[in-house]
Amino acid sequence: MNDILLDVQNLTHCFRLGRRTVLRAVDNVSFQLHRGEIFGLVGESGSGKSTIAKCVMSLLHPTAGKIRYLGVNICDPGQFRAHKELLQTSRQMIFQDSTSSLNPRMTVADIISEPMAIHRIRPPRGTRRDEAAFQLRCVGMDAAYLDKHPGELSGGQRQRVAIARALCMGPDLLAADEPVASLDVSIQAQIINLFKHLQAEHGFTFLFIAHDLAVVRYLCDRAGVMFQGKLVETAPTAELFRNPLHPYTKALLSAIPIPDPRRERARVLESFDPDRFDREGILTEAAPGHWVLRKEEP
Amino acid sequence: MKPLLEVKNLSISFDTPQGEVQAVRDVSFTLSSGEVLAIVGESGCGKSVLCKSIMKLLPRSAFIKSGTILAGGTDITRCTQREMERLRGRLFSMVFQDPMTALNPTMAVGAQIAEAVRVHQPKASRAEVRRRALELLEMVGVTEPEARFSRYPHEFSGGMRQRCVMAIALASRPQLLFADEPTTALDVTIQAQILDLLREIQAKLHTAAILVTHDLGVVARAADRVAVMYAGKIVETGTAEEIFYEPRHPYTWGLLRALPAWAKDGEPLYTIPGIPPPLINPPKGDAFACRNEYALAIDYQEPPPMFRLSETHYAATWLLDPRAPEIKPPVGGWPHE
Repeated sequence: MNDILLDVQNLTHCFRLGRRTVLRAVDNVSFQLHRGEIFGLVGESGSGKSTIAKCVMSLLHPTAGKIRYLGVNICDPGQFRAHKELLQTSRQMIFQDSTSSLNPRMTVADIISEPMAIHRIRPPRGTRRDEAAFQLRCVGMDAAYLDKHPGELSGGQRQRVAIARALCMGPDLLAADEPVASLDVSIQAQIINLFKHLQAEHGFTFLFIAHDLAVVRYLCDRAGVMFQGKLVETAPTAELFRNPLHPYTKALLSAIPIPDPRRERARVLESFDPDRFDREGILTEAAPGHWVLRKEEP
Repeated sequence: MKPLLEVKNLSISFDTPQGEVQAVRDVSFTLSSGEVLAIVGESGCGKSVLCKSIMKLLPRSAFIKSGTILAGGTDITRCTQREMERLRGRLFSMVFQDPMTALNPTMAVGAQIAEAVRVHQPKASRAEVRRRALELLEMVGVTEPEARFSRYPHEFSGGMRQRCVMAIALASRPQLLFADEPTTALDVTIQAQILDLLREIQAKLHTAAILVTHDLGVVARAADRVAVMYAGKIVETGTAEEIFYEPRHPYTWGLLRALPAWAKDGEPLYTIPGIPPPLINPPKGDAFACRNEYALAIDYQEPPPMFRLSETHYAATWLLDPRAPEIKPPVGGWPHE
């Protein structure tokens, strides 16, 4: 199938914590991203979702496994060098904390056009400044902000600048690591609408990492659930919310808060005991497109 | 019954090189013992400043312009730092947002709880302090407290850490617990457990709590009463049921509608247009007017008074004036579908 943009096979990433302790942050994870879809990755903090994003973006070198992007194995240094230009321009990332991901001493115009300067790309719309102004308009801000510094912007505006910077390269794959987690509810809604709109416009493939399930349900086409470095379930979002199979997914879904005091107080939480989590097992297809981590039948 | 905390017409400003920032403007509320009040609002609306002013933890650049804070009958706006130190802990204590930074990573959690116990009971013997610390750990739902006593924060999960922070906050048997976004740093599954714990403690010890949050889902589970803040003012206050089922202020409508939980497939999420006004020169009239799709001409002229809707429900919007046109709230209604 050639509509697969990203193919992650048996990805494992370990962090060395000390001489003897090794943390398996991502443990034998496989999944695929199809062209033009929004894939949500959910799980609690420390479940390895950010590590996956960083491996996919070549910010971390995986311990084992293969990541193929457009057929190029990005874990192989030789292949990476051969396709460096493509890999560095068509994959872009948005980080959680816009305060630390934007240089406080650069102006908005410089921040947005920096990727073009690095890759010596001729701006398609005249000067770099014009291009920055255009991208800024795309994310709903006007050109008056071009000469401002990140410190003069609000959290939502900074996140918009980060999005504009990622989009100026016209990426095929955009990864966003909890891009709305640090924003207020009303601003969060603006940014989510913006993502949905931009994705429809540009058609990029979107790897969206979040811990807020309501956001994932609204935004994503497909979602994967992670727990302790394992991908425990992946399915189309509607299917996942209708028919969760893995006990952890069930517990996670039962924990979504309902903004309704009477129903919320009456809600019973499903508990999931991490000690009973079975790390063994493989992803098996329970229904078409719905995969769940299960032990092999004896 | 006399309220535990009574805040009357409180205004707090900050001196900055750009001018006076009016962070809290004319806020009044009361809190009885055993009650959970949630303060909801966007960042920068003054909710944290309000809490810190009651704890007297404001930086030097802040000053109380007017108003009184009556805690247990005494006006604490005039207390000196030393008098406050005695009140803090005995009267109120605080649970912070991020349990990892609130705990000392180089000290076992048992020792940190014991430290808090010792400060408030200096005469207690070692064994007594230890017994009390274990009792606290058990109360906040840490299983096997004996074994966990000598563990370090990094060996705990986020939820367990937040439980330990709560044990420290409860060490002094406070009458009022401040919780500043206590679940923001936690996962969804843990969040509900911590909120249930908060309610449990409140029922068992009859502690009142002020919950500061921007997440209305948290509010629905834990709060008895809700105060919605905007640009330094309380714009609507009522019981949780009143706020969720019969909201009257357009800002409350906006906050409720922006929740992704209400989103319908294919429709964009509702957003409140614009950004909060600067607090250096707050606009004349209603600060929310320029973002309010239901704004009336008078909103730009004169700030609305608090309209009384019921014994507990108040809202500051001109829409409640008898001369205002009738508007059907876009959210609310009993019960939610």
